Amino acid sequence: MTFSMPDLAPALPEIFVLGMACAVLLLDVITRNMRMTYVLTLLTLAGAAFFTAFTAQPEMRLTFGGQFVDDAMGDLLKLMAYFATFAVAVYSRTYLEERGLLRGEYLVLMLLALLGMMVMISANHFLVLYVGLELLSLSLYAMVAFNRESPVAVEAAMKYFILGALASGLLLYGMSLLYGLTGTLELPRLAEAVHAGVKDQMILAFGLVFLVAGLGFKLGAAPFHMWVPDIYQGAPAAVTLFIGSAPKLAAFAFTMRLLVDGLAPATGDWQGMLAVMAVMSLAIGNLAAIMQTNIKRMLAYSTISHMGFLLLGVLSGTFAGYTAALYYAITYVLMSLGGFGLVVYLSQNGVEAEHLDDYKGLNTTHPWLAALMAILMFSMAGLPPFVGFYAKLSILQALVGAGWLWLAVVAVFFSLIGAFYYLRVVKLLYFDAPKAEMPVYTSTPDAQALLSANGVAVLALGILPQPLFTVCITAMQATLQ
Amino acid sequence: MLDSLLSLAIWTPIVAGVLILATGGDSNRDGQRTLALIGALLGFLVTLPLWSGFDAKSAAMQFEEIAPWLPAFNVRYHLGVDGISMPFILLNSFTTLLVVIAGWEVIQDKVGQYMAAFLIQSGLINGVFASLDGVLFYVFFEAMLIPLYLIIGMWGGPNRVYAAIKFFLYTLLGSLMMLVAMVYLFFQSGGSFEILVWHKTALTMTAQLLLFGAFFFAFAVKVPMWPVHTWLPDAHVEAPTGGSVVLAAITLKVGAYGFLRFTLPIVPDAAHELTWLIVTLSLIAVVYIGLVALVQADMKKLIAYSSIAHMGFVTLGFFLFNPLGVEGGLVQMISHGFISAAMFLCVGVMYDRVHSRQIADYGGVVNTMPRFAAFFMLFAMANSGLPATSGFVGEFMVVLGAVKVNFWWAALAATTLIFGAAYTLWMVKRVVFGPVANTHVAEMKDINSREFTVLLLLAVCVLGMGLYPAPVTDVMHTSVNHLLQHVAHSKLAY
Repeated sequence: MTFSMPDLAPALPEIFVLGMACAVLLLDVITRNMRMTYVLTLLTLAGAAFFTAFTAQPEMRLTFGGQFVDDAMGDLLKLMAYFATFAVAVYSRTYLEERGLLRGEYLVLMLLALLGMMVMISANHFLVLYVGLELLSLSLYAMVAFNRESPVAVEAAMKYFILGALASGLLLYGMSLLYGLTGTLELPRLAEAVHAGVKDQMILAFGLVFLVAGLGFKLGAAPFHMWVPDIYQGAPAAVTLFIGSAPKLAAFAFTMRLLVDGLAPATGDWQGMLAVMAVMSLAIGNLAAIMQTNIKRMLAYSTISHMGFLLLGVLSGTFAGYTAALYYAITYVLMSLGGFGLVVYLSQNGVEAEHLDDYKGLNTTHPWLAALMAILMFSMAGLPPFVGFYAKLSILQALVGAGWLWLAVVAVFFSLIGAFYYLRVVKLLYFDAPKAEMPVYTSTPDAQALLSANGVAVLALGILPQPLFTVCITAMQATLQ
Repeated sequence: MLDSLLSLAIWTPIVAGVLILATGGDSNRDGQRTLALIGALLGFLVTLPLWSGFDAKSAAMQFEEIAPWLPAFNVRYHLGVDGISMPFILLNSFTTLLVVIAGWEVIQDKVGQYMAAFLIQSGLINGVFASLDGVLFYVFFEAMLIPLYLIIGMWGGPNRVYAAIKFFLYTLLGSLMMLVAMVYLFFQSGGSFEILVWHKTALTMTAQLLLFGAFFFAFAVKVPMWPVHTWLPDAHVEAPTGGSVVLAAITLKVGAYGFLRFTLPIVPDAAHELTWLIVTLSLIAVVYIGLVALVQADMKKLIAYSSIAHMGFVTLGFFLFNPLGVEGGLVQMISHGFISAAMFLCVGVMYDRVHSRQIADYGGVVNTMPRFAAFFMLFAMANSGLPATSGFVGEFMVVLGAVKVNFWWAALAATTLIFGAAYTLWMVKRVVFGPVANTHVAEMKDINSREFTVLLLLAVCVLGMGLYPAPVTDVMHTSVNHLLQHVAHSKLAY
């Protein structure tokens, strides 16, 4: 048996991030200089972006014996993941510092979670997919529990770990069923095998059910959403910000790789399951969000409903649908970064801005922050001229184009319900008088500048939506050629 | 410059609004007010060439602008106006100017945001009337809810939160239905969001009826037609004066305009099929809501109900499918824009002094405010449709148009002349005439020059249109005939 060196070029960004994560860890142990490790983390993200953009090629490249794929969709998602991680680091720096959580390990965990996402995004093989997923999940469990003095956070981490492990088990079980059926773990070969016809449709269906259930867990789609509100609420706001943003990109890639790359011939089988999950997510997410008084919990339910929308794009089973879902994933991450970012930003000087009441009258005291929050809320509600509207429009268009008119009507109906709780936040910001003892917010220039850019981008991409669409369409074309 | 008049009409006020927001908080109130006045004035001036340069003999879209906007979905930044939409852009820009002047001293809290909200809203509404692309229309149509939501909620009365959210969700429900309809039309028309292409798209009866339903939802809520009108009295009562003015004078018109731009030409067969429904609802609005208005104790609520009744006339006129009816409806819309604005401003003038909207809290206002009473009386007469005011022209045209179709419709519609006179004049009698009712009224000061200017401008419009409506109808004539010819032809697909 000869060993030939695989082509490492397509995996350059991953290798770089891994190397830098180790460097940050070492540096932290040796110097204990927080400023240096923090800056190095940011530089790592910038460097990874450079490598990804630099090595990007229009055609798809396989390496590691076809287990690893580097394609346009992956590059786009990775770039967005770097940006999200970068933003998370900037938004949460003061929050973490204040609570004594900004330690080298935290940054290392963040980089490793990012690495896990990158591997998931580029996986072309069940095992690689699984390894990436576990790397991401384990890092996140540790991050949730990072504030070990907070019983709530530790409880959340425990819940997250147990439910996450269960989901991983389901996934593995589904994978093993499919492996038994087709004899391969490679996604393209799996597609060929299923296409050629399998001996036992029942096993295929069973495997698929387990896979979709595991996927539902990771996406946080109903009826596998139970962990989402508890974890979002229990974790430190900075970690919630992280969990709520970048991993969604990986989860989307995961869905695309599994269902579209690997199980395209069984589209008819998983479409029905996704339809049920999507409708349930929309219903539960939007209805439950109305009753929340904690903004983290409310945004958690809103995430569930957004994942429902994203699934609608995937299940339409057309190119337009996949593009719409990609667009949705990217814009959702942008909005979620801004939304949770503001929660983190306002949680300072010993205050946790968790309750909806903490946002009362923000317009009177901090008009610009209130305006940013309002933009994000209106955008999440899917109102024009914000980017969330085009995300929803493209999904609706894909659904109607694929003949799922009734699903489009259902989606629109729940959007209306969803509008209520976003409007309620705007109401608190603008209509209510500030509380008597309003906390004083110290302004952090870097976080505020990035938050402003984030909010303005949500508006600007809504006024000029074409560029991002072009990017998504090109990426999807290159991937699904 | 002339090529982008419509863009100027849309973006001038929006840019002015953003500039005002950029000037910061309440430390610079006078600067913000001046800036708002300049913005509103400029916004109005750039719409004037639309009128003077308009070719009334052509039914084609004029001042067209086309640019790719979202090529991925074949969405274009396509603007253009015909005789139906152009007058409303002027009306809107004019109203914005009045609102800015009217809110000059009354608003002391968050002045910049108040003015900016109105200016941005004005630009968005101009966009609604100028859009010839479905998605573009939708973007403006829905975006304009946001400033109005904030206006009602931030500067409104005690129950403003309830009213603002109710207003928003009600109208959002309608427009979301329309969004699905638009996406459906995109596929039916072979991949186009052009409204003018949709006009030519052949559709089956089932599709037409469903689309009619979706559009009906969107526009009937906005008009508002009975029985989906319940948000309007709440919104009006709680909104600040400027908000009520814009709501009554402009946003209601957007709904009626939608019927002419979307419902009638896109689904003509369904429109003919369901004429009975619209006519019934319109007549209920005219008669029943007229009676409801009669018993109101709150002046703003009374005018709100009167608005619903008057808009019932508009929808009735549209579904008569004859030129008199449609033109009458359009004239009624413009006239109601002036009159309702004036009525709400009059109530605002009194509210600013006494801080009550209850009819019972007033009496004998003429004794302390004679100049104001004269204006109020004039507008009340116009509201009840007195000849020589603009209120008469539209109602008379619609009634004439209705007689041609069905005598009984006309007879029922004509009752508005009785009910309208009854509820308006009875209110005026109780508020304005008689002896001075209480100390508050005794302390009221007559209108100042700013209020006088605003009311005078509106009085000139009301009388001018009442005495000589030809300039307005001439502009519409060709476009309305063109529309009716189009609607008369079936476009059923089998």
